Amino acid sequence: MGRHVLLIEDEPNISEAIRFLLSRDGWQVDTHSNGHDAVETVHSSCPDLVILDVMLPGKSGFEILTELRANPQTKTLPVLMLTARGQSRDREMAEKAGASRFMTKPFSNAEVLDAVRELVRP
Amino acid sequence: MHRGTLTGSRIRERRMMLGLRQADLARQIGISASYLNLIEHNRRRIGGKLLLDIAKVIGVEPSMLSEGAEAALIAVLREAAADSTTVRAETDRADEFAGRFPGWAEVLVNAHRRIASLERSVEALTDRVAHDPQLAASLHEVLSTAASIRSTASILAETQEIEPEWRNRFHRNINEDSARLAESSKALVSYLDHAEAKEEQLASPQEEVEAMLADHAYHLEMLETGNPDLAQIIAKEPRLTTDSARLNARVFMEKYALDALAMPLQKFQDALSRIGLDPTALAQRLSVPVQSVLSRLAAMPEGTLGSDFGLIVCDNSGSLLFHKAIQGFAVPRFGSTCPLWPLYAALSRPMTPIFQRVEQVGRDALLFDCFAVAHPVVPPALNVDPLYHATMLITPAGQFNRAPQAEVRPVGSTCRICPRENCSGRRERSMLSEEF
Repeated sequence: MGRHVLLIEDEPNISEAIRFLLSRDGWQVDTHSNGHDAVETVHSSCPDLVILDVMLPGKSGFEILTELRANPQTKTLPVLMLTARGQSRDREMAEKAGASRFMTKPFSNAEVLDAVRELVRP
Repeated sequence: MHRGTLTGSRIRERRMMLGLRQADLARQIGISASYLNLIEHNRRRIGGKLLLDIAKVIGVEPSMLSEGAEAALIAVLREAAADSTTVRAETDRADEFAGRFPGWAEVLVNAHRRIASLERSVEALTDRVAHDPQLAASLHEVLSTAASIRSTASILAETQEIEPEWRNRFHRNINEDSARLAESSKALVSYLDHAEAKEEQLASPQEEVEAMLADHAYHLEMLETGNPDLAQIIAKEPRLTTDSARLNARVFMEKYALDALAMPLQKFQDALSRIGLDPTALAQRLSVPVQSVLSRLAAMPEGTLGSDFGLIVCDNSGSLLFHKAIQGFAVPRFGSTCPLWPLYAALSRPMTPIFQRVEQVGRDALLFDCFAVAHPVVPPALNVDPLYHATMLITPAGQFNRAPQAEVRPVGSTCRICPRENCSGRRERSMLSEEF
């Protein structure tokens, strides 16, 4: 499998940090910062892994994930969800929508690296 | 403890029905006939063991003889017993408990009320975390910024060789984010501080307004004449401690003042004595809506007709907006009420006044006449369903002009403490099914 990550996150500084971190680890990182056309972007860029924030302008991460899971092309695509609320309800919703992993902010860089390495095994 | 003054009369009535002589009853319960005579004429208080003994001899539930404050006490005791899931209280002996240990019973009742009110504020606080958009947004901001700082800072700390331009960029990001974090955490703290101050008072706004009205016996002298300065009146009321309560009080007082203006006390009482207790006829004579007549009746000065009538107002979700108690008609302090009340029947027939004689099943089984009407509270708008309020006046039976229909409708207070069997309105099991 390839090492192409699409990061969908509206906080530019978080985006920048994760991008740097993953690039250093040998990933090709694309970023996207809103919910409106996130699904189209996933389809056009065909990543090996999506890191998806829950609170996005335009469309929530849950909605985006549900749409991705409904499409045969992205049905099994590994998706790591990020949320700032970390309530059990969010976790349940993420599981229901079909997230591969769930991570609450603030997270450590090591956690992010471990998660993406585990989700996309070479 | 205050006891209903009618207890003595009831004993006398029961005794005479049995054809029992005063002296005989007195002997059986071990008191003098003259003392029993004083009791029967309500000139001596009675309670405790003596009341139980008399009830036993004349073969009635002690609750049939006592009423008033004690009945309310017992109703709350039963609610408390119903709430207790782990311990089974002797609900069938609540009368005896309240009679023999009135002080302890009151302590228990006060504690039960306090718990209910605390539970409600916990609920309100939980709701706030889950549903308050401002709080959610604030927390999200803090956590996002913290995430960004943590991630960036650990890159700077852990990356061995980092290009100067990246390092500078990350330094700048941390600087920006830490400023944002300082702002958002300050905003969050000031929001929580403010909210905490608001929560200090645990009584609900509605309860504060009702306490204020009870102080005035539901007749607001200061709103009866002239052009009352509501803001000043409200500011002077010691019972109104929160903005929310003052706002509720204002809404109530505005309505009260309008009613007082449309139905000045003297004019209203003249019409009442000429026409008698007939809300629809009064409404016609005074050119006011029926529900205004009902509110006005419940706001009459102490000692005049109407002053001891009860009033309940709800919205079309069934939530109680206003409650003036009438002795003997139990209304749960919190939670859901009996769906059989004419109040709710009125909601299904808006603008149609409903008259219904009811018997509140359970304790004293007193009869009440209820007069209810549902009325829109917003002006008509095209293709918009109106919102309704329903207003119900509760009076002791037999005071209305019009002869009521023969049928008496049994109603309850709330399911948990209602013994009525085979009720189609039942929502949950009663805790009292074994008695009565």
